[in-house]
Amino acid sequence: MNSVTQPTLTIDGKTVAIEGERNLLELVRKANIDLPTFCYHSELSVYGACRLCLVQIDGRGIQGACSTPPEPGLKIQTTTPEIREIRRIAIELLLANHDQSCPTCPRSANCQLQSLALRLGVKKVRFQSVHKQVALDESSPSLVRDPNKCVLCGDCVRMCSEIQGIGAIDFAHRGHDVSVQPAFGKQLGDVECVNCGQCASVCPTGALTPKSEVDQVWDLLADKKKTVVVQIAPAVRVGLGECFGLKPGEITTGRIVAALKQLGFDQIYDTSFAADLTVIEEGTEFLERKTEGGQLPMFTSCCPGWVKYAEQYFPELLPNLSTCRSPQAMFGSLVKAMLPDQMNIERKDLKVVAIMPCTAKKFEAQRPEMGVNGDPDVDNVLTTQELAQMIQSAGIMFDMLQPESFDMPFGFYTGAGVIFGNSGGVMEAVLRYAAEKATGKRLDQVEFQQVRGDSGLREASITVNGSVLKLAIVHGLRNARVVAEQVRAGKSHYDLIEVMACPGGCVGGAGQPVTTSPNARALRTKGLYHADKTLQLHKSQDNVFITECYAKFLGDIGGEKAHHLLHTSYQSRRRIADEFLPLVEPKGEDKLKVSVCLGTNCFLNGSQEVLNGVLRHAEQSGLEGKLDVRAGFCFEKCETGPTVMIGNEHIEHCTSKKAIEEINNRIECDRPAQLPNTHVCKHCHD
Amino acid sequence: MASMPVTVDRAEKFEKVCGILNRFARRPSGLIPILQAIQHEYLYLPEEILTYVATSLDVPPARVFGVATFYAHFALEPKGKHVIRICDGTACHVKQSLPVLEALHAALGTSEKSKTTADMLFTVETVACLGACGLAPVIVIDEQVYGQVTPERAVGLLKEIKAQEALLATSSAPLAEQLSAEECHD
Repeated sequence: MNSVTQPTLTIDGKTVAIEGERNLLELVRKANIDLPTFCYHSELSVYGACRLCLVQIDGRGIQGACSTPPEPGLKIQTTTPEIREIRRIAIELLLANHDQSCPTCPRSANCQLQSLALRLGVKKVRFQSVHKQVALDESSPSLVRDPNKCVLCGDCVRMCSEIQGIGAIDFAHRGHDVSVQPAFGKQLGDVECVNCGQCASVCPTGALTPKSEVDQVWDLLADKKKTVVVQIAPAVRVGLGECFGLKPGEITTGRIVAALKQLGFDQIYDTSFAADLTVIEEGTEFLERKTEGGQLPMFTSCCPGWVKYAEQYFPELLPNLSTCRSPQAMFGSLVKAMLPDQMNIERKDLKVVAIMPCTAKKFEAQRPEMGVNGDPDVDNVLTTQELAQMIQSAGIMFDMLQPESFDMPFGFYTGAGVIFGNSGGVMEAVLRYAAEKATGKRLDQVEFQQVRGDSGLREASITVNGSVLKLAIVHGLRNARVVAEQVRAGKSHYDLIEVMACPGGCVGGAGQPVTTSPNARALRTKGLYHADKTLQLHKSQDNVFITECYAKFLGDIGGEKAHHLLHTSYQSRRRIADEFLPLVEPKGEDKLKVSVCLGTNCFLNGSQEVLNGVLRHAEQSGLEGKLDVRAGFCFEKCETGPTVMIGNEHIEHCTSKKAIEEINNRIECDRPAQLPNTHVCKHCHD
Repeated sequence: MASMPVTVDRAEKFEKVCGILNRFARRPSGLIPILQAIQHEYLYLPEEILTYVATSLDVPPARVFGVATFYAHFALEPKGKHVIRICDGTACHVKQSLPVLEALHAALGTSEKSKTTADMLFTVETVACLGACGLAPVIVIDEQVYGQVTPERAVGLLKEIKAQEALLATSSAPLAEQLSAEECHD
């Protein structure tokens, strides 16, 4: 339409232009009226359940603003006595069934239910509670689920399925029994949750919160025998200030260092140092793959949410993941390998604490391969929120602190390490390294604007030394799935793919202060790019302490020692714990156990055929009494599927024929020994 | 060898599940009819089967669980061989459906919490309305509707079914023996 007149409508008597807003709520907020909501997030689908954003539309009555599209000429009132009363009743009803242990709730003072009750003047709850207290779900290393605080807004459900493409939690049951929970009422730690915590970052109350390790860290700090070193991740420096009244994106590095010293940490280091190290290792790995015909595209592996996602959903792409550990893990591994000798202490007396914008890092730190003989490389992971709580608890007046500087050498970093916290940052940092290495010439123009941006799925092409590198940058695991499926189908033309689970990358991590401000993430992103700009060095290869680290300790880049300390391997991982489907299950002991994997990967490779073959064979050969046949859901050997387990042996790439042969062999072997005991049938004479 | 027929049954049922999934072309949009068909086979929805349905439809298990728990029609606990539904809609309630329910619970040793007998023969449940208010109070045993039921009549119906079951049990026992004998001779 080529209209000259701008379409408008009227909000509380004022004319407001319609400029492509998707719903009335966006328009009302544009008119500087903050309608209350629980269930509206601009990045998620419209749910229309909380009934708080109600408006009076002339001729139409009371409607939810979030679910009404703007139309020219509408006359809207955002507050009337009737609407105020409906909103108050909605809050009262929610409060009536809410576990009101507010003073001890981790979201106290940052709870939308609390603030709306205050805002809307709810002074008394007139309804009787029918709430029955249920147990907390503390099974996840990253998150705590408290169903008693849930208001059923569904934000977490839509976040998990729409942005992350997982759907680990959903509504279950009906009517007043409705609750949000993992499948079959299981615990969060037993299902496909990747610990990204985005559910917690959209939860308006304390129903989903990061799992606190603050108490453990206080204990470490109080233990005089322990040397406690701490690393802070790039994104923490642009988020922490929000807990102390500063603007999102304000860089508070120096004050964080001062606060950590005051809290009693022995050495204060920066994860950005390890990020620089990651760039060198990952950049070298990428160039090797590119020039020596290795597995491409290469996916980045810094994000623990993405790594677990890939292990669960794309086991066949695990060889495409960079083998580099994440900066957090590299830091822990390196520091615990180097410092005990230098400080003349035992490894067990050195403790590493990480301050992260991320809840999945808690899971990563607990992975058994990220440690030595059961001693983890990173002992505790605190989120930005938890650090803020420690600072508040110690009474440190954060905004009054005099900035201090990191300890050396692991506190020295370049801008390349800092931008790791932004979506596109790892890519850019690697490019700054790879471009210089590939050409052998000094790179002066260090900014790669092509890979920056906010879109969840971005592409860029960069010419290095005459050859074109095709790059993809994604955030949000649903976008990662789109790209990974292309790669799996052989339709991808990319060389390098950066994946971050959280919207915007680590700056939008679930460990960051909970915010309802729509531009907080953009400001944090800007803050990190600004931090890069103000540093003298922008390329990881210019970090002199990294060079020294290789020269004095690690040896060659990508060499044996570097590989041992800085790289890792991945394993396919089942999505849901302990699900077995018994099919032929005779009574008694000593049956030959046959388990056929029906997990997605094996299923797609024809495991159902194998299972049917085994069942037919059992029936036709009268073996039912001797076999215990069951279907399993993922034996975590997806790359060699279909997997069948006969006795204690895994058969890779199994076919019905292979399985039947093995079963016959086993039964044949066992027969002489078993005959006297097992053949009890009175009709038989042999 | 008493467990044999059960296990064969299980494997057959699983093949049927595969058939059901294929019939709906393993499309997520077919989730509800798929669950209905599976419940028809198993008389309830076993958790592992739901996991398998989720895997093969590429739908999160939590979503399948959500759908299965939303509809009163779906059962996640095994039901007895005979399902007795007592209407407790307004009309039946007024016409004394509760005494019928209580009589059945008393006769079977079931309750509001544990609706199925230990021998897996009977399940007793209430429904909101069967749409047969003219016959109130109404009960449905398996697919058969009975109107104007009194507590005595309900218990009488139970006795009839129990008698039939007892007959079945005695007549099928020699069959099982026959079966195992046959197997041993080949």
